[in-house]
Amino acid sequence: MPFVLQKLGRALLTLWAVVTFVFFALRISGDPVLAILPPSAPLETIEFYRRAWGLDRSLWQQYLLYLANILEGNLGRSFLEGRDAVDVVFERIPKTLALMLPALFLTLVIGIPAGAIAALNHNTPIDRAVIVAAVFGYSVPNFFLGVLLIFLFSVVFRVLPTSGSDTIWHYIMPVATIALSWVGIYARFVRSTVLEVLQQHYIEGATAKGLPWARVVRLHALPNAAIPVVTVAGFMVGGLIGGAIVSETVFAWPGVGQLLVNSVNTRDLAVVQVIVLLIASTMIASNLLVDLLYGWLDPRVRLTAARSSVIEA
Amino acid sequence: MSDLADPNPARKNAGQSHSGRRSSGMLPPIVLLSTSWLIAVTLCGLGAEILSPHDYTAIDLRARLQPPVFAGGSWAHPLGTDHLGRDLLSRLIHAVRFSLLIALLGTVIGACLGTIAGFLAAHFRGLVDDVIMLLVDFQAAVPFVILALAALAFLGNSLLLFICILGLQGWERYARIARGLALAARERGYVVALRTAGADPWRIYAKHILPNVASALIVNMTLNFPETVLWEAALSFLGLGIQPPNTSLGALLGFGRDYLFNAWWLALFPGGLIVLTTLAISVCGDWLRDHLDPRSKKG
Repeated sequence: MPFVLQKLGRALLTLWAVVTFVFFALRISGDPVLAILPPSAPLETIEFYRRAWGLDRSLWQQYLLYLANILEGNLGRSFLEGRDAVDVVFERIPKTLALMLPALFLTLVIGIPAGAIAALNHNTPIDRAVIVAAVFGYSVPNFFLGVLLIFLFSVVFRVLPTSGSDTIWHYIMPVATIALSWVGIYARFVRSTVLEVLQQHYIEGATAKGLPWARVVRLHALPNAAIPVVTVAGFMVGGLIGGAIVSETVFAWPGVGQLLVNSVNTRDLAVVQVIVLLIASTMIASNLLVDLLYGWLDPRVRLTAARSSVIEA
Repeated sequence: MSDLADPNPARKNAGQSHSGRRSSGMLPPIVLLSTSWLIAVTLCGLGAEILSPHDYTAIDLRARLQPPVFAGGSWAHPLGTDHLGRDLLSRLIHAVRFSLLIALLGTVIGACLGTIAGFLAAHFRGLVDDVIMLLVDFQAAVPFVILALAALAFLGNSLLLFICILGLQGWERYARIARGLALAARERGYVVALRTAGADPWRIYAKHILPNVASALIVNMTLNFPETVLWEAALSFLGLGIQPPNTSLGALLGFGRDYLFNAWWLALFPGGLIVLTTLAISVCGDWLRDHLDPRSKKG
C-alpha cells in the first residue's frame, strides 16, 4: 500500500507542477484575459473574466482561483471558434483516438513477435533483417515518413488520398506514419529484453534439467521478458501523442494534434491551455498506471520502491 | 525522436553484438562513411557562403520550380528551384548550417543546464534535491513537444527562445546522470581528501568530479544531439520553429510538402539530408559510446 500511495503522491505532485507551469507561462505572456479572449471581445466579457480570474487581486489569490477554475472546467473561450475551449478540444478527441489506438495495436502486434523472433534467432540472418528494418524505421523521422508515404502512394501510385478522414482509405497512411517509427523502437526493445532474459541463470538451470528448448522459451523466457515489454508499452503513449501531432498535421486529420498546431500558430491560447492540461494529465495517468502495473507484476519493484534505486535505471 | 528508446539501458545491449568483434585501432567502414559524411556536411555548413552557387534568398520568378539536373533541369540550378525560383542547393547548404548550429547550441545548453542541476541536487540534498527531482519527473512525464508548443504559443516565437526550448530537450537525463554520479563520487577517496583539505565545493565539482564523470555525460550527449537535430526539424516542419528568411532542413521539408505533386525535389532532398545526417551522427555516437562507456564494453 505505501508503494501505491507513493506513486499516487508523485503523480499528483507532477500534475500540480504542470498546472503551475501553465499558470505562470500564461501570466508571463501578458494579460491572460486579453491573451485568451478574442480581440473583438466585448468589454463586459473582458471584465467578467478579469473578475472571475481575480486579476485585480494578488498573484497568490489568482493562483488559488485558477486552481478552482480548472476544477470547474472554466478555461476560457477559443477566439477562433468563439466557443468554450473545452468543448472545442473535447469534440476532437475521438478522431485522435481513431488514429492512436490502431497505431498502438499495430505496434504491439508487429513489434513483439518481430523482437522476440529476432532474439530467439540471435545472430542469424532473421535477426539481422529485423535489426536493419528496425533501424530504418527508427531513423526516418515520422514527419518525413508521412511525406514519403504521400509521395509514394498518392503521387507515384495514386492509390491513397492525401488528406481528410472520410473513408477507411484515409486511415492507412496516418496510422502507418505513427506506427512505423514505433514498431522499430519497440521491436529493438523487445529483442534486447528477451536476449537479456535468455542469459539469466534460471534459463541455464531450466535447460540443464533437460527441458525441451521450446518449453524453456514458453514457460521461462517469455513470461519474464513480458514484464518490461508490457510496461514499456504504457510509456509509448507520450510518443504516440507526439506522433499523432505530426501525422495529423501532415495528413490534415481533424484531431487534437492538428488543433494544437493550428492553435499555437494562431496563438489561440485558451485552446492550447486545455490541450496541454489534457495531454499532461493523460501522460501522468498512463505513467502512474505503468508504475502500478510494474509493481504488481514484479514484486521486487514494490519492495525497493525507494527513489535511490531508480537513479541508475 | 523518441522519449522511450534512449533512456532505457537495454538499448545498449542491441549494439553489443558488433562491439564484441570490434578490432582495436581500425574504424569499421560504416563509421568511416558516417564520419566522412559528417565532415562533409560540417564543411558545407562552415563554407556556406563560398560553396553555394547562388544567394539562398535570391528570387528568380522566371526560373520557378525547375527540376534537378538529372530530371531534366539545367546546371544553373543542379538541384532545382522552389516556388519563388530560389536555388535549392544553396538553400540546402544554408539550411544545413542553420540546423546543425541550432542543434549544437541546444545540446550544449541542455548539457550545461542538466549537469549543473544534477550537481546542485547532489550537493545540497534535502529540499533542493526534491525540487530538482520534481522538475526532472515533470519533464519526463510531459512530452517535450507539448512543452515546446506551449512555450512557443504563450511566449511567442523568436530565434533565441527557440534555441532555449531546444536546450530544455533532454536536460533531465543529464540531471539524473550527473546527480547519481556526483552522489557516488562524493564518497570516493579523492573527494573526501579534497574536502578535508578544505577545498571550495565549486572547485571540487568543476575541477575534480566533472572530469571524472564526463565520459557518461558525453555518452548522453551523443544520444541527445541527433534527437535535438530531429526536434528542430520537427518543430520547423510544423511551421513553429525557424521562421523565414532563416531556413533549416525541417522548414525546407515543411514547405516542400505542399509541392509534392509538381516538385518532389523540394521535399525529398531536405528529408533525405535529415535522415542521412541523423543516421551518421547516431552511428558515430554508437561507436564513440562503445569506446567511452565502460558499462557497454563488458557485453
